Amino acid sequence: MEKSILEVENLRIRYGGSETDAVRGVSFTLGRERLGIVGESGSGKSTVGRALLRLLPGATITADRLRFAELDLPSLSEKEMLKVRGRRMSMILQDPKFSLNPIRRVGDQVAETYLRHFKCSKAEARDKALAMLEAVKIREPKRVYDQYPHEISGGMGQRVMIAMMLLADPDLVIADEPTSALDVTVRLQVLNILDRLVKDRGIGLIMISHDLNLVRNFCDRVLIMYAGRIVETLAAADLDKAKHPYTRGLLAAQPRIGGGRTPLAVLDRRPEWLEEIA
Amino acid sequence: MDARVQPTSRLPAPIQALKNIVLFLLKSPTSTFGLFVLALLVLMAAFAPLIATHDPYAQDLANTLQAPGNGHLFGTDELGRDIFSRLVFGARITLTIIFLVSIVVGPIGLVIGTTAGYLGGKVDTVMMRITDIFLSFPSLILSLAFVAALGPSLNNAIIAIALTSWPPIARLARAEAMTFRKADYISAARLQGASATRIIFKSIMPMCLPSVLIRLTLNMATVILTAAGLGFLGLGAQPPLPEWGAMIATGRKYMLDSWWLVTFPGISILSVSLAFNLLGDGLRDALDPKQVNRR
Amino acid sequence: MSVSVECRDLAITFGAGPTAAKVLPGVTFSVKPGECFGLVGESGSGKSTVLRCISMLTDIWTGNILIDGKPVRDIPLIERCRTLQMVFQDPYGSLHPRQSVRTVLNEPLVIHKLGDHEERMRRAITDVGLPVSFLDRFPHQLSGGQRQRVAIARALILEPSLLLLDEPTSALDVSVQAEILNLLQRLRDERGFTYIMVTHDLAVVDHMCDRFAVMLHGEITEILPRDAIPGNRATHPYARELIGASLEYEGAH
Repeated sequence: MEKSILEVENLRIRYGGSETDAVRGVSFTLGRERLGIVGESGSGKSTVGRALLRLLPGATITADRLRFAELDLPSLSEKEMLKVRGRRMSMILQDPKFSLNPIRRVGDQVAETYLRHFKCSKAEARDKALAMLEAVKIREPKRVYDQYPHEISGGMGQRVMIAMMLLADPDLVIADEPTSALDVTVRLQVLNILDRLVKDRGIGLIMISHDLNLVRNFCDRVLIMYAGRIVETLAAADLDKAKHPYTRGLLAAQPRIGGGRTPLAVLDRRPEWLEEIA
Repeated sequence: MDARVQPTSRLPAPIQALKNIVLFLLKSPTSTFGLFVLALLVLMAAFAPLIATHDPYAQDLANTLQAPGNGHLFGTDELGRDIFSRLVFGARITLTIIFLVSIVVGPIGLVIGTTAGYLGGKVDTVMMRITDIFLSFPSLILSLAFVAALGPSLNNAIIAIALTSWPPIARLARAEAMTFRKADYISAARLQGASATRIIFKSIMPMCLPSVLIRLTLNMATVILTAAGLGFLGLGAQPPLPEWGAMIATGRKYMLDSWWLVTFPGISILSVSLAFNLLGDGLRDALDPKQVNRR
Repeated sequence: MSVSVECRDLAITFGAGPTAAKVLPGVTFSVKPGECFGLVGESGSGKSTVLRCISMLTDIWTGNILIDGKPVRDIPLIERCRTLQMVFQDPYGSLHPRQSVRTVLNEPLVIHKLGDHEERMRRAITDVGLPVSFLDRFPHQLSGGQRQRVAIARALILEPSLLLLDEPTSALDVSVQAEILNLLQRLRDERGFTYIMVTHDLAVVDHMCDRFAVMLHGEITEILPRDAIPGNRATHPYARELIGASLEYEGAH
């Protein structure tokens, strides 16, 4: 059996200056599959994603085990982490308006991934970047290469982000709310592109989102987080058969097309959810 | 519903806010230094008669240019006056300058800047061109002009400094107002029928206040140095007032042999300017809205 | 008490002649008294701009906006404030950070010289489901959902008949959104408000609205009743695309 790409055991994260842990004992493994982490704001889901890439400078991260492929993440120095980020593990952020450098051409930003991790000439990196822009279904890659972030639409910007983060062929991609900033007609396109690339290249994907519909359609397994803990783990297809009251509450609170006019079920937060472990 | 509860404190809100800011400042060594020096300045000015060892104006021509020691902590000047006592009383003059300039510069700059920034259009253009006119005068040159017209005195120096210090505050307030006027809470106020004056004074100005305060604090260093410079040129405080810059001016003649005449006033000016700079830096962090939760 | 709204050829154009930029080419629709009307579209479609024109926050439009038959430009400011109010999208930007809830609710009462301040404020805050003690809180002591409730209380305290809702729940978590939507629904049932709600989420439209307009590039492509959503009974290609994408996104139910 293939060894899992990521193994997390008892992850605890506390932000500097805070009195409580933002993440309290999270454990999960990831194979070459699509894993969704769902939660509301404050649940700690984004914190988990950033901690894997060691992008939380002011926070204390402890874990019994935090293994990525053959690497023990906490023991790596920052210099060694630089070789991991972007090359073996990368992150797609939420809003291309804020995650792309506004004063550099889009194509150069994509090519930089290749330049940074492989020995090659600028021309080679440019070719690789162009090929990647084509892979994310951008129709005129040469024209878009020379554009600036403010000249392209949100959906295209997110595809550029995907190109940038998948160019070095990582083993693990973390997508943090990749489509929340996009219009609904564009969302599906972008998700389908990401989905296909991940499947074709056998990349492990962690999809962090607050959107249950998203993880239902685009993930294999789902983790539900509440107040820094995982309260339920289930297959995406079984989402409607969720057992934990918080998950059921989230599902019931969402307005549905064709769902009728009766008042939406309001989530009754029970204090014991803070202590349970799934 | 999650409970983001904070117990309501027993102190009135502005005092509690001040306490929080001071506590925050004390966490950093540089701002603590700034606070400390300023506290010292205020104490020296307030209790000058108790702290000073001699009368700052009493001349003792038998004891001129005495080195520090022998009952004179910082030595005596060319007229036998105790330098330490003159420094202590000079603190009052420094504080007066700071206080008067801030009282004039802060409100004027704030009102002009926020009005221009919020209303935009012709009002903005007119106000900014007036600001530009004042901005184009270097403070020292304007002071010279004032003094030529009205005669050298501390008050005229203060007016001259104030007149050239308000434009940067106005520009800053304007830039901030232009950002804040786009906020939804301003739209909500407009929808409720609030007049422009009401919006400017109740909603925009409170938001511009932190930046203006920081800028004023940082300006203080320049103000003190300008006043000292004017004093040095003989245009500000007139003898026998123990203004620190004037002390350096007169002490310059004897500097080579009697270093204490210029060193101690010089250190005082340096310390207070530095303290204001460090305090302003610390305030910028303390008043940063993103740090609200850290307080 | 509820009012009707009618927009005829509402347009915003910059410049003139062949180089004129039609920011809003032309919008026409009407809302019946007591109806909840949705304005749906993607970013840049102009839906929020329409609300800003109706509320007169933007004054550079041409065309006709009639509130209960009266052109909105002819309604004096004070009366207009008592007729229509708006709830904004971002709960973190819609309350002044330095003002307590009490000040926020008191301001409109002072401006309009209404009496019984304490009584009105208490009523407003309890109507939105918050305890009276919240009057002394500041925005940074409130969660997103609580702030939005205060924003709704602020809108209600002048007793308007028309509420303009600009994506009131898109910045909120799903569970909090449910509470706010329920609150808005209840208020409408109790007091018969007319709502014009801007949203990009068709599930919210389906839940709250009676009819809705689909906007694209500053124009209305189609006005549909609510029950056109589940079976995608739109006829305009863009409306079909939008509804189709939303249905597909929701997955097979």
